[in-house]
This record gives sequence, C-alpha cells and structure tokens, in this order.
Amino acid sequence: MTSIMTTSKPITPTRTPSAPGAAQVSLRGVDKEFIRPGRSGETVHALGPIDLDLRRGEFFAVVGPSGCGKSTLLELVAGLSTATRGDVTFEGKPIHNRIPDGVGVVFQEDASFPWLSVRENIAFGLRRIKIDPKERERRIENALAMMGLTSFAHSFPAQLSGGMRQRVCIARTLVTEPRLILLDEPFGALDQQTRLLMGDEVLNLWRKTGATVFLITHALDEAAMLADRIGVMSARPGRLIDIVETGWPRDRDSRIVQEEAFGAITARLWRSLRAESMKAIGKPEVEP
Amino acid sequence: MNATSSGGSNAGWFSALKLIALLLVLWQALAWMVGDVAMRTPLQTMTFTANLLTSPSFWPHLAETGRAFGLALLLAVVIGLAIGFLLGINRFASDVLEPVLVALYSIPKITLYPILLLMFGLGVAAKVAFGTIHGVIPIALFTLAAVRNVRPVFVKTGRVMGLGTGRMISGILLPAAMPEIFTGLRVGFSLTLIGTLLGEMFASQRGLGFMLMNAIGLHNVDVIMALTFLLVLFAGSASGLLLFLNRRLYQRA
Amino acid sequence: MTPKKRAALWRIALLVGAVGGLEILCLSGHIDRLTMQPPHRIVMDLVALLAGGELNGAIAKTLRNAALAFVIAMVAGVSFAVLLHYLRSLRDMLDPVFATYYAIPMFAFYPLLIVLFGLGDTPQIFIGAMLAVVAVIVNTLNGLDRIPRVLLKTARVNQLSAWDTARLVMLPCAAPHILTGAKLAVAYSLIGIIGAEFIMSTGGMGYEISFAYMNFDNAKMYPLILLILLVSIAINTLLAKWEKILMARRGLS
Repeated sequence: MTSIMTTSKPITPTRTPSAPGAAQVSLRGVDKEFIRPGRSGETVHALGPIDLDLRRGEFFAVVGPSGCGKSTLLELVAGLSTATRGDVTFEGKPIHNRIPDGVGVVFQEDASFPWLSVRENIAFGLRRIKIDPKERERRIENALAMMGLTSFAHSFPAQLSGGMRQRVCIARTLVTEPRLILLDEPFGALDQQTRLLMGDEVLNLWRKTGATVFLITHALDEAAMLADRIGVMSARPGRLIDIVETGWPRDRDSRIVQEEAFGAITARLWRSLRAESMKAIGKPEVEP
Repeated sequence: MNATSSGGSNAGWFSALKLIALLLVLWQALAWMVGDVAMRTPLQTMTFTANLLTSPSFWPHLAETGRAFGLALLLAVVIGLAIGFLLGINRFASDVLEPVLVALYSIPKITLYPILLLMFGLGVAAKVAFGTIHGVIPIALFTLAAVRNVRPVFVKTGRVMGLGTGRMISGILLPAAMPEIFTGLRVGFSLTLIGTLLGEMFASQRGLGFMLMNAIGLHNVDVIMALTFLLVLFAGSASGLLLFLNRRLYQRA
Repeated sequence: MTPKKRAALWRIALLVGAVGGLEILCLSGHIDRLTMQPPHRIVMDLVALLAGGELNGAIAKTLRNAALAFVIAMVAGVSFAVLLHYLRSLRDMLDPVFATYYAIPMFAFYPLLIVLFGLGDTPQIFIGAMLAVVAVIVNTLNGLDRIPRVLLKTARVNQLSAWDTARLVMLPCAAPHILTGAKLAVAYSLIGIIGAEFIMSTGGMGYEISFAYMNFDNAKMYPLILLILLVSIAINTLLAKWEKILMARRGLS
C-alpha cells in the first residue's frame, strides 16, 4: 500500500548472500520439552535440537507443518519461555525468561487493548522505555504515520478492521525502535489480499528501520515473498531440515510473486515440507 | 476446569473432602475463640441437631418449609422457563421486557416483604410468593440468554425440516440451550430457597425460617447453630449435586 | 423509528399502564387502603417525608452503611478474585462454596456478629459486605477467565510487573464483568443492611419500615420502600450506562 517499487530492473534471484553482519541472535543446541498437562505427566519433546544464527538486518522466515513448534521457537527468542537445554543469546547476552530490550513481538491474535484508543495502545509500548515527552510524542506520531493510522489515532480498536488492528500492534512495537522484530504469524487471521498488502508494509518498515525480522508463518508463499532466508522445520520435535536463500533484492515487494524464481522457491519449500506435513496430519510418509 | 472435571471425579471428591475438613477446622477454631455466648463447636452442634431431628415438634416446621419451598420452586421454574422461552424466541418482546427483568433482578427484594404480607396475609401464600419472586427472574434471564444464544444454524435446520413452534422448542431449542438453562435453574434453586426462608423469617409463624427468627429473638444459640447447620448441609449437598450435573451437561455440549 | 426506540416506547407504555392500573384499582377500592396506598399518594408521601426530614437520619444511616458495605465488598472481592485466579487449587476447592453461598441464610449469623462486634453498625455492614462480596468475586473471576492469553503475553513482552499487569491489563479487560458484579453488589449490600435492620436494630430504613408495618402506618412504609427501590434502580442504571459505554467501545452491544 505504501511501498512502490522504485527500481525497474528485473528481479532475479541471485546467490549473493545478504550483508554478512555478525550473528545478532544465536541458538545453540536448543531443545524444548514440556510436560503434558493432566495426570499422565508424560514429557513431550516439542523442539530441537536447533542451531541457528540470525544475521543483523536480515529477514528470516520459518515455515513448518502445524504443531512443529514454530511458535515455541519464537517464544524462546522472545523470552516468553525457557529452553530445556541449550543457549539462546541476543547480541551476545543470554535470554533469561525475559524479553531483552531492543526486541519487539507481534502475535497472530489481535493483541490490541480494546479499552485503549489507538494512540494509547501505541503509547503503551513506550511504558518500559525512559524518554522525554518530546521524543515520546515524536515516536508515537512517527509510528502512527508509518502504519497509516494518523487519522485513526483517537478511534478504538473495535472500530477498525482486523488488518488495521494488526497495524496498531505493529506500531506499538515500532515505537520501541526495536533492533529485532519477532512476528508470530501476524497475518494468519487476515484475508489473502490484505496479507499481501501487509507483507509490503512489513518489507517497507524492515527497510526503513533496518531491524532484523524473524517471521513465523505457515504460508509458504508469504515466506518466499518476504524473506532473505527461510528455515524449514520438521514435524515434532521441530528441527531445521533446510535453509533456503531466496536472493531477493532489498527493495522487493509483493509483485515478486509473478517471478519465475518465486515459483521455484515455493516448490523447493514444499518439497522439503510435504512429507513433514503428512506426518503432522497423521498420515504415513508418502514418497513424492 | 478440564483438568479437574475430566481428570476424574477422584480429584473432585478429594477437593470436596479438603474443603469440608477446612470448614470444620475453621468452625472449631472460631467456636473456641468466640466462646459459648454466641457459638457452638461442630460436635455440640451435631449432637443438638440429632436431638432436634428426633423431637416431634421439629418435623411440622420442616414439612412446612419443604412444602413451601417445593411449591415456590415449581412456580419459579414453570413461570421462569415460560418467560425465558417466550422472550427468547421473540426478539421484540425481549427488547421490551428484558431491561425490566434485569431491573427487577437487581432490586433488594427483601424490602417488599411487608407488601407481600399485606397482600397474602401471614401464611404459606406469602412465603411461597417470596420464594418465587426470588427464583423466577434468574431462571427467566438465564433461559432467555440460553435460547437466544442457540446457534442460528440449528434453528435454520429446524426450519428446513418444517418443525412447528412446539417441536422447535422441544427438539432443538431446549436440548441446545440445556446447559445454560440448567445454570439458571441452579441459581434459581438457591435463590428460591433463600427467598422462602427469608419469607418465613419475616412473614410467617411456622417453618424453619420462623424457628430461626424465633431463636435469634430468644438468643437460643443451640437452635440457631443447629438450623443453620441443617440448612447449609441441605443447600450445600443440593447445589453440589446440581453443579455436578451442570458440569456434565457442559461437557457434553 | 429504530426497533430499539420502539421497544423503549413500548416498555414505558407498559410501565405507565401498570402503574395506572394499580392507581385505578386502588382508587376504585379493589385494593383497600390498608393494603396499599394509590401510587400517586405514595409519591406525595415520599416527598412530604423527605421534606419533613424526620427520617433523614434513618435514611442517611442505611445508605451510608450500604455504601460502606459495597465499597468493602468491591475492594475485597476484586482483590480476592485476582488472588484466586492465580491459586487454581484453592479456587477449585472454593467453587462449591460460591455455588451454595446464596442459598445460605446469612442472617442466621447476625446474632454471632452482634456478639463479636457489638450492637452497632458494624455487624450490619459486615453482613452487607459478606452478602455482596461473593457476587463480586464470581463475576470478577468470570471476567479474568476471559482475558485473551495474547494480552497477557503482550504484558510480558512489555515487561510489566505483576502489579502493573493486574492494574493495566487484567482489571481493565475484565471491567465489564466487574461492573456486572458491582450491580449485584449494590443490591446485596442493601439487602444485608436492611435485612439486618429488620431483624434487630434501633434505627435505619429497615427498622422504620417494619415499625411502620406493625403500626399500620402505610403513609410511612410505602414511601420508604419506594425510596429504597428508587435508590437501587438509580445506582444500577448508572452502572449499566457505564457498562454500556465500555461495551460499545469494544464493539459489543
């Protein structure tokens, strides 16, 4: 909606790796087990072992069959849950069951507070940050403008569409000026057209903020369109079975879905995933 | 909820036993602290209750209360369900009357007892009326909400099958709305009981409520404790049973 | 005209009709004067009573005590509900108590409370608060149960302390349900105070009503009853308005 392609050169996937920044997030030998609720008390191995480095400034997407622990992976990085084994670090510091400063999260479900106006919702994100009132105003106005919410500042979330509410949540994260943005299926509840447009907006703000983006999604096309690199997860216990480099230029937008390479990437993702998805829905493995 | 209800009734029983033990310990401790002037220990109370239950003068009072409560409950359930269904299937009628019911639900009905006394006189009619007005409104309101919340596709299904109003209520609306209606009946049961007892306390010369009021006036601690114990026992086991049935209904739904 | 407006007009018409019918029945002598005064008479008596000022002390006493009981019940009830929300096992244990609570004649404990606190206002306020608190707890818990998990995750992501999470996320989110509890608490505080005044007291509206009843003083009894009903309906209407604003803000009607 806001992003318009500025370059006329044809987009072709190149194999040049994205800017080789230092690892901003690093997972080493990470496992997650939990105890199934109820009296049986059996242990479920949800995830891992996983080794993964996120480069500073890259757009990394994770796809996987349902129930493979994608969201658990994000919660580990967000400090919303703790790994059973292994280390998760952000900018060299371990994450201890608490979200580090400089990390923002947007969830799949509508997380806007229905009792606060759009503006108050966005200001809520600044509660944990000590800044002077002027800077505060600047950041709120900036986030409102960036997400196209300026004229809705005094509306309540219930007066907005699902896509607009999700923008409120993104704006609430943006005001903290995060260096890493975690997106947990943020467009899962939206219709296909809105998702494509929201994808453009995410790409746009990824470029503008220079933040690293870590996206969890079940939609292969979404991952293929948005990410620099895509991690493919196995069925439970989720492990990374493939990492695909898309090689898209930085100023891409949703129109790359017409590219031949886009089809090639989704096809490769689906090749890796098909057997795993079969397992996830309880069918025996089938050779493609 | 799931862990306790589907985790078997063992956990439920254990929890209930713990609760009873806790209440008894608290009761005993309070009785020691307060002393003989105002309280009896659990053991003393139970002994006196046993005596009360064997004394012939007690039974007519119990029978009187039982009859009044039974009648009040019957009236509350029948009228409550009727109002609930009527307003539940008629949108306009419920738009008109639901706010009235809500307002009636929230007035302190205890203040109305002198009016009921003047209307019905000092007898069984007044306390039945008192019990009924306490119980009927929650039953009506819960039923109304339950019927209105029935998934529209069920009603549509009934329509395409050509069901009439009667078959629609008995075949679709009642079963679909049953869990919520039962919650209303449970609340209505409690409130009808308290209403009947309050009616007896203020507006009667017979029944357990009257005995209780009399004992309060005479400061007869033994009788107060024994009657309260009996009533709590009855109300507790009845509503425990209803709660159990209610949860089973919700599980099925 | 919108259906809502039409319903409101019908409702007003019905209420006017009911009062008018009562007026006619009273004036024509079908309801004799010893049973009930005609409605216009009650209103005039009320105005005269308030202007005369002889019962202002009693009215102030009852309303003050009810307000105190209400505030205590709200603060204690909401805090206890938040606590129970975290203590799952305690809550499972207490669930049957809440389900039975309103079937128990709380007034049976009034003599005990008088021994404990003396024959002042304290035992009355205690009874009022005891009656109201469970309605607040149950409804607050109901609201807390419905908080979407993602909002609590958002609180954690924003590094809120437990106190701030309760204050800024949980309670605002549960506010409509807490208001429902508050509406019931208004009625129960009044019931507690007035019931206790009926039973044993030296003043207050409940005492005046039962005194007037015994002396066939309908010119005093009916206006006082009307006043209590008006006060409780007025407070409830205000709370309902507030609730409506909150719900509308959330896109629920």
